[in-house]
Amino acid sequence: MAIAGESGSGKTTLLNCISGRLAPDSGTVEFNTRHEGMQEIYRLSEPRRRLLARTDWGYVHQSPRDGLRVNVSAGANVGERLMAVGERHYEHIRGTTRDWMRRVELDPARINDMPATFSGGMQQRLQIARNLVTHPRLIFMDEPTASLDVSVQARLLDLLRGLARELSLAAVIVTHDLAVARLLAQHLMIMKDGRVVESGLTDQVLDDPQHPYTQLLVSSVLQA
Amino acid sequence: MSAISPACSTPVIRIRGLAKTFILHHQQGAVLRVLQDIDLDLAAGECLVLHGASGAGKSTLLRTIYANYRSQCGSLEIVHRGRWLDIGRAGTRELLDVRRETMGYVSQFLRVIPRVRALDIVAEPLLADGMPGELARDAAAGLLARLNVPEKLWTLPPATFSGGEQQRINIARGFIREFPILLLDEPTAALDAVNRSVVADLIQEACRRGTAIIGIFHDEEIRARVATRLFRLQAQMAA
Repeated sequence: MAIAGESGSGKTTLLNCISGRLAPDSGTVEFNTRHEGMQEIYRLSEPRRRLLARTDWGYVHQSPRDGLRVNVSAGANVGERLMAVGERHYEHIRGTTRDWMRRVELDPARINDMPATFSGGMQQRLQIARNLVTHPRLIFMDEPTASLDVSVQARLLDLLRGLARELSLAAVIVTHDLAVARLLAQHLMIMKDGRVVESGLTDQVLDDPQHPYTQLLVSSVLQA
Repeated sequence: MSAISPACSTPVIRIRGLAKTFILHHQQGAVLRVLQDIDLDLAAGECLVLHGASGAGKSTLLRTIYANYRSQCGSLEIVHRGRWLDIGRAGTRELLDVRRETMGYVSQFLRVIPRVRALDIVAEPLLADGMPGELARDAAAGLLARLNVPEKLWTLPPATFSGGEQQRINIARGFIREFPILLLDEPTAALDAVNRSVVADLIQEACRRGTAIIGIFHDEEIRARVATRLFRLQAQMAA
């Protein structure tokens, strides 16, 4: 599902509430956990919610610097999440890390390099590897392509599309780019002033927008 | 016009009193009444060709049936998993199921996805249905060969292909899976006579297998070859 809307419409706040990072004033957020069915995430204890965030969920930040640890190697960034879920065997962690670097189209030979030596697109792919290594079932993404050059965006979008299908991953993605929504999301939600003004299948919302704000948004996009 | 085949007995689409209006909030709230009082029945194996002047709402009707456009009143039912389902009232997940299993749609233009090879674009509906990659790609290759798409293009992303080549990729993608219902919006507009004829063959074969087709064809010859029935649409609005 994509959440679109202009800056300040509340997209990221909504994402943070859904992903357990920001407690809402009212209302509930439920998640279908692996072993205990539907659980209200803000009723879980803090440690349990953290465990969920490390295992079943992923969160890809707009800026790779917010989602990576810049003072440890690329390999450590990926391996860290594995260790957090109890993996202790060093060679196994290295092997899995190399495998995930390959899957996000990074050269595994660079496993010991620091993230700062990677390009923006590579850092973003590293952040995705770091998130997916524990096989989450749900991934949250906040404008994952916004900080990248257009040519690099296409590669990342293609990678995300492939991974989402391969891993049957559910994703909630915040974007102001309607083309990104069209490419990645089956469901689209349009936000304005903190409210959802329209939602539906992505192609319905974009091709037959009903709400005045959605019509404005869709008609304001430059057609390349 | 070819004779109605014996398979035409099981109804698969039932439309009653369908209307589609567009309200343009940023054009002083202009109201476009594109479709009004549409009644339509279609059975398995039929190929219904929509007929009418430009602006009569042919594409709008196809898109409304596909739930790309949302209808406001009337009922629009199709047979999905053996039961009638009202497209206008179905939830988004149900609609995605319908599109995966029951209803295909071939638009006029291919929506190119960056970096994805022609072969994979065509194979996608089979992959989405759970077919293993090799098998799906074999089927895609077979269909691309039949539509005379040069083999050297198969492994390239179609962004740089000609209009006719892109259209054939789009057609292959639409026909690769045997949908019970197939909607075709001018699939042959950019094709030469040879390839138009291949598409006509594909349509007729699909109908013989029991697929119900609704199509828009401006080409007189192909219309005469594939149509089992015409459906006339008249422009609704006085400007």
